[in-house]
Amino acid sequence: MEGVIKTAFPFIVLSVGILLAFQGVLMMVAYTVLAERKVLGWIQGRIGPNRVGPWGVLQPFADLLKFIFKEDLVPDKSTKFIYFLAPMVALIAALMPIVVYPFGPAITSVDWTFLPFGLGEGIKELPMTIARIDVGVLFVLGITSVGVYGIALAGWSSNNKYSLMGGLRSSAQMISYELAMGASVIGVVMLAGTLDLNGIIYAQQQSPFRWYIIPQFVGFIVFLIAAFAETNRVPFDLPEAETELVAGFHTEYSALKFALFFMAEYVNMFTVSVMCTVLFLGGWYVPGLSHLFEVGSIPYALVSHVAFIGKICAFLFFYIWVRGTLPRFRFDQLMNFGWKFLLPVAIANVIVTIVVVYFLNS
Amino acid sequence: MLTAESSMVGNALFFVFAGLAIACAISMVYHRNPLYSAVSLVGVFIALSCIYVTLAAPFIAAVQILIYAGAIMVLVVFVIMLLNLDEDKPLTRLRYLYAIGAGLGVILLAQTFFIFYAVMRAPNIPVAEDQTAGRTIDIGRAMYSEYLLPVEIVGVLLMMAVIGGVILSRKLTQPQLELVVDNEMERRGEDH
Repeated sequence: MEGVIKTAFPFIVLSVGILLAFQGVLMMVAYTVLAERKVLGWIQGRIGPNRVGPWGVLQPFADLLKFIFKEDLVPDKSTKFIYFLAPMVALIAALMPIVVYPFGPAITSVDWTFLPFGLGEGIKELPMTIARIDVGVLFVLGITSVGVYGIALAGWSSNNKYSLMGGLRSSAQMISYELAMGASVIGVVMLAGTLDLNGIIYAQQQSPFRWYIIPQFVGFIVFLIAAFAETNRVPFDLPEAETELVAGFHTEYSALKFALFFMAEYVNMFTVSVMCTVLFLGGWYVPGLSHLFEVGSIPYALVSHVAFIGKICAFLFFYIWVRGTLPRFRFDQLMNFGWKFLLPVAIANVIVTIVVVYFLNS
Repeated sequence: MLTAESSMVGNALFFVFAGLAIACAISMVYHRNPLYSAVSLVGVFIALSCIYVTLAAPFIAAVQILIYAGAIMVLVVFVIMLLNLDEDKPLTRLRYLYAIGAGLGVILLAQTFFIFYAVMRAPNIPVAEDQTAGRTIDIGRAMYSEYLLPVEIVGVLLMMAVIGGVILSRKLTQPQLELVVDNEMERRGEDH
């Protein structure tokens, strides 16, 4: 009995962690939808939804009920299996990077020997990351490139010219800007010396600049622009523009399948906001916090976690702000910009970083 | 966890991922619709990537997803979508192909049983978690010190492939309108 509990204990802890992380992220994503409608409303001189709860806070639940009860249409001549697979692929690829997010610093001040069955012996810290993978940055980049399939397959399987065009345009845009995104990350990885997300945060703690946005501001701008294009958000949202392509690749999707695409888009926004925060704004690291609280204690971890969420919310607000402000690119302007300007700038950033790091280390 | 349990879990995981890879491979060969085959191939790559993780090669696993499943197969799917390939029609006339197929299948099965036999007889060397050949820093060091020349040659090869593709697939452009008009005028013997 005790052996069974001992072997099952790490799985139980991991399951609880995964549950908490997914719940937290999905709730944040649901309220990002509401925040977008309210903030866009204020930018456009009106108030957003305010009927469903005080200030509209119950609006996401109303939206969810609406999506569940809508009529579920399936186009007649579509490829059925891929039609059902595409939104699942999009959402799975959007949600998977949650397991590597560094939500906070490890908690080392708690003595775990109070746990029964001797479960607490030998445990020195409680990490606030679900999976500490050595190649965290590559994992996130790889999973977001698998997300392209959801869109391409959705466009194809709807058996609709407009969906196909929207799907192909969107996937072409995503794979073009993935390169610039990856190249802009190389500078940060070179400064930090590791691909592990927690390692990058620790490296930012040690560096004299504290946050890598200061030495890598070019990389930051490139990453931000590429992130807008990756998530198909304004000003790069031609593939889903209503005036051009009806609704792009998700024209033929209704009810819950459309809700999956919708959620996938906002979770992608969340993912790139987290990457931006971790790579350029130091993740959960608040300079000077170690003077107030002891490193590894629970208050330190809590305040760092709240700071992390605050930085992510700042980026999400910036996304919504840009949506309310800028017009959209034409598709050929978009592709020219990605290949002929953004990628060379990212590579130039890498070269300059290499040269500077080499001369500083020699 | 004790090593006995971890090797049991490791074995179970290997069989799960290997089974997934084999199922996706069979699906890829079976389907007539090329898009289903391409999606099954993506499933194979993802399963292989999981097996690489169990073999303590995280960098190769991540790069497999990033490059193979995320870039190469996306291009293959684009090609299938843009060319609008029809489903393969089943062959009706060449019956001797069935006999050849059965013979090759028997040979393949014999090879598989031989592999099982050889694996059962080989010593079982467990993979250590801190094996130092699969980490990013070791791969990077090897790439730029001992294997620098092969890396550069592969880079040139890839560039040759890209340039070749661009040249082979360009359309011969339409002659400009003035040239067309000039030629027509000459042919008619008039001056403009």
